[in-house]
Amino acid sequence: MSEFIEIKDVNRIYRDAFGGSTYALKDINLSIARGEFITFVGPSGCGKTTLLRLLAGLDKPQSGILKINGVQITEPSFKRGYIFQQPTLFPWDTVYENVAIGLKARKVYQEKKHSIKNYIDMIGLDGFENSYPHEISGGMAQRVAIIRALINEPEVLLLDEPLGALDAFKRIELQNLLLKIWRQTGTTMAMVTHDVDEAIYLSNRIVIMTPRPGQIVDVVKVEILGQRNRNNDDFIALRKKILKKLHLVISDEELPEYVI
Amino acid sequence: MDISAQGNVIKKKRKWFDKPQVAEDSHYWKPKSEVWVWLAAAAYGLALLLNIIIPSQEVLDPHGYRVLLAAFIVLFVGVYLIALKRLQLRKKLYHKAQFIFALGLALAAWDLLTDKFEILPLPFFPSISEIIRVTIDDRALLLKSMLFSLRLFFVGSIVGAALGLVTGVLIGWWRQWDYWLAPIIRISGIIPAVAWLPIALVIFPTSFTTGVFLIVISSWFPVSSMMAGGIISTPKSYFEVAKTLGANEKFLLFRIAIPNAVPAMFTGITLAAAFSFTTLIVSEMVGAEAGLGFYINWAKGWGVYSKVYAAIIIIAIEFALILAVVGAIRNYFLRWQRGILK
Ligand SMILES: Nc1ncnc2c1ncn2[C@@H]1O[C@H](COP(=O)(O)OP(=O)(O)OP(=O)(O)O)[C@@H](O)[C@H]1O
Ligand SMILES: [Mg+2]
Repeated sequence: MSEFIEIKDVNRIYRDAFGGSTYALKDINLSIARGEFITFVGPSGCGKTTLLRLLAGLDKPQSGILKINGVQITEPSFKRGYIFQQPTLFPWDTVYENVAIGLKARKVYQEKKHSIKNYIDMIGLDGFENSYPHEISGGMAQRVAIIRALINEPEVLLLDEPLGALDAFKRIELQNLLLKIWRQTGTTMAMVTHDVDEAIYLSNRIVIMTPRPGQIVDVVKVEILGQRNRNNDDFIALRKKILKKLHLVISDEELPEYVI
Repeated sequence: MDISAQGNVIKKKRKWFDKPQVAEDSHYWKPKSEVWVWLAAAAYGLALLLNIIIPSQEVLDPHGYRVLLAAFIVLFVGVYLIALKRLQLRKKLYHKAQFIFALGLALAAWDLLTDKFEILPLPFFPSISEIIRVTIDDRALLLKSMLFSLRLFFVGSIVGAALGLVTGVLIGWWRQWDYWLAPIIRISGIIPAVAWLPIALVIFPTSFTTGVFLIVISSWFPVSSMMAGGIISTPKSYFEVAKTLGANEKFLLFRIAIPNAVPAMFTGITLAAAFSFTTLIVSEMVGAEAGLGFYINWAKGWGVYSKVYAAIIIIAIEFALILAVVGAIRNYFLRWQRGILK
């Protein structure tokens, strides 16, 4: 049986105007199971965003193939929700209208508009339906961006550092929101993060990438009891293991308190 | 004994004219003191008084001017009384008070320089009494001219703006349209519309259609280029978000690119209104049998400069009203911007 999402021998090279080129992704192979929560970690420039954009269909590889349900990904689809690092809400639409965009684009607004209220309630923004994006905080805006993608009930949610711009407090709040959504909807989650703790806290598997050229160096399974407790011994051991893979710690003794 | 001086908090002594106090505001920032409001009212009282006590040089009927001044004072005091209850209006009134005061003094000074002591040469500098007198005398013709100009303006600029919107969208969205249309519009923007006047007068059957043609040309270019610019400048990320939400090309254009272009579009429409108005008056001065431009030319022919002034004042008021209408429509459509811009 073929996997839900399959990435086979994918290469993506960017060429610039001066004849130079960047090997953003080299020989990427990965499969993702339905309902999985997978995270991508790695230093800046290792191709995480590039890979996510390929999965969304916003970009095409030079070689290799990306498939979902056995069908090649060629263009964006509402079935693959994408959440950008910046909320990117449409400033001329209210919170409600922003959430409704997906339904209107698919022409199912009349049948499905009742669900908008539920989603807005879920993220605790009831009462802000008629606010414009510049009238709400960054954390609120990112929550709206998340449900704007969820309203289409996508098979997979692609998240590109959605919590990167938030303070530690809001981050933890939204991490728990993502877990709640994942459990409730069973949506497959593929998320890029800079935060190793976040990756362990949220995911089933962690894909570790390195830059120049962008490659996958390891895929780590997170199968520890008490995964949701950041002070658990196994949690700390796993964090150390991943940081070592990323060459962020050299010796065994060295262990940073918290790394983003 | 001054109690406040003994305490730790030294209160600023309030002067009699300081109340009612109005908080600092970035929009209405002028000094907040009641004295200017009273001085403003007094300036118009002074203008009225001078007009009454100093004898006129010319034999005139100054009643229109006097009634207007008196009416203004009554209106001003009325607004002040309402403003005592309404903070926002009070802020605005206090902010404008100095200017209104200066305008009152200017009216008084103009009256002295013209009618009262005849320091400025006639007939080029008529007194305000005289301008108001001819305005009242000639009201039927002036009203007709005004309505005629307005009709020409609205027909011409609505057609021009509509054309500009359509071509702006075409140019901004499809490169084939950009390739073929953009150069034509650019050239039509470089050539002042009134330069076409001699040719247009020959081609078009009536002066009205000539005027409409020229105004269409004047408003087409600014609306079209601003609209196209607004569409082209839509951030790529907006399109990407919309595509991952299931948008097709039509949706991207009508729900993303065009809303993004609306602020620029209104800048274009405001510019178009200004260009069109200039074109309107100039074209009426040359070829028309009616309208404010025609009226100015006609009054000049008879050497009645007070009527020229009357028409100029009406033009100014008319244009201010048009801009106010455009501004109100703009504010409605751009209500989502409130708070983003200063
Ligand atoms: N549009 C582009 N044109 C040229 N080069 C690009 C483009 N997008 C990305 N790159 C290059 O490809 C490489 C991978 O970029 P990518 O954005 O995928 O990295 P990333 O892992 O998401 O980094 P970060 O963590 O900083 O977001 C980088 O070296 C980048 O300079
Ligand atoms: Mg990135």
